[in-house]
Amino acid sequence: MKIIVAIKQVPERDARIRIDAAGKWIDLQDIEVALNESDAYALEEALQLKEAQGGEVVAISVGPERAGQTIREALAKGADRGIHVEVSDPDALTNLDSLAIARLLASAIRDEQPDLVLTGLQSDDLGFGQTGVILAELLGIPHATLILKTEVTSTGIRVLRELEDGWFQHIDMPTPALLTIQSGTNKLRYATLMGIKRAKMKELRAVTADLASVAPVLVRDRVTLPSKQRTTEILTGTPAEAAQKLVDKLQAEARVL
Amino acid sequence: MSSVLVILESKNDHVTRISLEALAAAATLAETLGLRLNAALVGAPTDLVFNTIQGKAPHTVYAVQHEKLHAYTSDGYTEACAQLIQSTKPAYVVFPHTYQVRDFAPRLATRFGQVLISDVTGIEPGPAFTRQLFQGKLNSTWRATAFGEGNPCFLSVQAGAFRADLHIPGETILETFEPSLDTLAIRTTPGEPFRAAAQTVDLASAPILVSVGRGIKEQANLPIVEELAAALGAELAASRPICDAGWLPMERQVGSSGQTVAPKLYIAIGISGAIQHLVGMKGSQCIVAINKDENAPIFEVANYGIVGDLFDIVPALTTALNARAR
Ligand SMILES: Cc1cc2nc3c(=O)[nH]c(=O)nc-3n(C[C@H](O)[C@H](O)[C@H](O)COP(=O)(O)OP(=O)(O)OC[C@H]3O[C@@H](n4cnc5c(N)ncnc54)[C@H](O)[C@@H]3O)c2cc1C
Ligand SMILES: Nc1ncnc2c1ncn2[C@@H]1O[C@H](COP(=O)(O)O)[C@@H](O)[C@H]1O
Repeated sequence: MKIIVAIKQVPERDARIRIDAAGKWIDLQDIEVALNESDAYALEEALQLKEAQGGEVVAISVGPERAGQTIREALAKGADRGIHVEVSDPDALTNLDSLAIARLLASAIRDEQPDLVLTGLQSDDLGFGQTGVILAELLGIPHATLILKTEVTSTGIRVLRELEDGWFQHIDMPTPALLTIQSGTNKLRYATLMGIKRAKMKELRAVTADLASVAPVLVRDRVTLPSKQRTTEILTGTPAEAAQKLVDKLQAEARVL
Repeated sequence: MSSVLVILESKNDHVTRISLEALAAAATLAETLGLRLNAALVGAPTDLVFNTIQGKAPHTVYAVQHEKLHAYTSDGYTEACAQLIQSTKPAYVVFPHTYQVRDFAPRLATRFGQVLISDVTGIEPGPAFTRQLFQGKLNSTWRATAFGEGNPCFLSVQAGAFRADLHIPGETILETFEPSLDTLAIRTTPGEPFRAAAQTVDLASAPILVSVGRGIKEQANLPIVEELAAALGAELAASRPICDAGWLPMERQVGSSGQTVAPKLYIAIGISGAIQHLVGMKGSQCIVAINKDENAPIFEVANYGIVGDLFDIVPALTTALNARAR
């Protein structure tokens, strides 16, 4: 089974995010980066499928030069090969919309003829939750989103899909297919020292993104800090003082104790 | 006349609340732009569904019907909606941002060379659309640049972002739209939806909830929040990652894929406040947030906040509460 996993490098969860000077994106200088959370689960699912079924796992990412590190991490965890669709101009990269990203991914993987394409369900930075679904349409293959479990069957694949409010559903589909994977479904593996060593020898192919073919149809005008919906009263002081103030407020003001 | 088309969802013969919110957002958009508002229900809508919409603004409600649409599939819904759009040529298509919409609307937009502006929280003049970035840490404004009649701008609206109680009186026409799907191969076979094991705690009826998030770091640290819950006579709740990790059972999860709660008092400890968590608890009467990040989105919905290390603040709070009791 040949599985392609689309992974994105994003700012770390705890990174201090500041709006850039132009007010259009965030300041990427000195920001710590990591593998997008749900993509880590997509990669884990792919590695487990490969361990059970045999085959190959290929990690692909559209990103700047340093996205190469994230692909190497995937190789260190057990992916067999990497494809890096490089966009070196930072402005061009932040202006790409989901359709453009999906088109770049599609043209890089079309010739690979995968059995399965996995993506995360949502990126932690843009959070559109759609790049995988668009990619499925571009590749002309069926898809399912919010997937918690997969099981290979004689006719294709059977997946467990999350619905709202604690409901679930199974879906059967033929392969090739695309699945978007929900976070938290598996225990993630760490890269071993041996894995890291081996990763250096694995193939990581860089392709230059053909930006002329993917003009964005969606434009981000501005990035701003959120405005508060309720006026939060911040209680200050030492932990004991703040705690005491809170108890007093909850009793006398909010009257909920 | 060009139009705004809103695609609604129904459950148990009723249009869902988030669909009514999407309808309100679409009505505002139509009014500002001087466009006609139309709505569609895909699947097998009954009269009851239609009755909840009648007189609430849409000019025409399309009942999109075909036997291949009885169970939801992305192939079926994408094709049916694509045909409806080709036939009615709206300039904007508005959806509620539900799991079902996330599943097929991006595919539908791709057919028209467009990108779905997902999870919209506001509409600005232009029109431009606001949506969150970085799980609510930032806001952003977006515009579609290459759309028009028959090649619409697609957007989905976030739960709770628009008021559902809109009434623009008017006559509503019901029209059946039958897409031609007879030769369409639906590639996926959906199973019946089912629920996980029966619930043993009823979070929804607890007056006080102490809710813990990833800020707690390790399962071994849970006793500090358990002690706080005991001091308050509260039930323990959690954000999703805590339940995914198995530190607390799934039935204690609050949010879009867990429980919706509205207690008298909700104390969020080490929870950032992602929208999927907020939709499950923002109806609480009083919200307290304890978080070391003063910019955490949870503070946007909190009545009281303490910015600091939960490992210092939570034990201090337990002590203060126990002192009060005695
Ligand atoms: C389709 C879908 C459905 C989802 N359903 C749900 C759902 O039902 N419920 C849900 O909760 N989530 C759900 N999520 C996940 C959601 O998007 C967030 O990822 C999740 O809520 C984050 O959990 P958290 O706040 O505990 O963790 P984080 O976002 O990691 O936040 C941890 C917080 O703890 C703070 N912190 C860290 N250390 C300390 C300390 N020592 N003292 C004080 N504060 C500290 C940090 O500042 C941070 O704000 C869903 C996501 C998707 C895509
Ligand atoms: N630049 C990228 N490179 C590779 N995969 C991506 C990229 N952007 C998004 N994806 C994939 O698409 C998923 C959904 O992203 P989004 O639509 O931005 O929420 C992510 O979890 C990734 O798996």
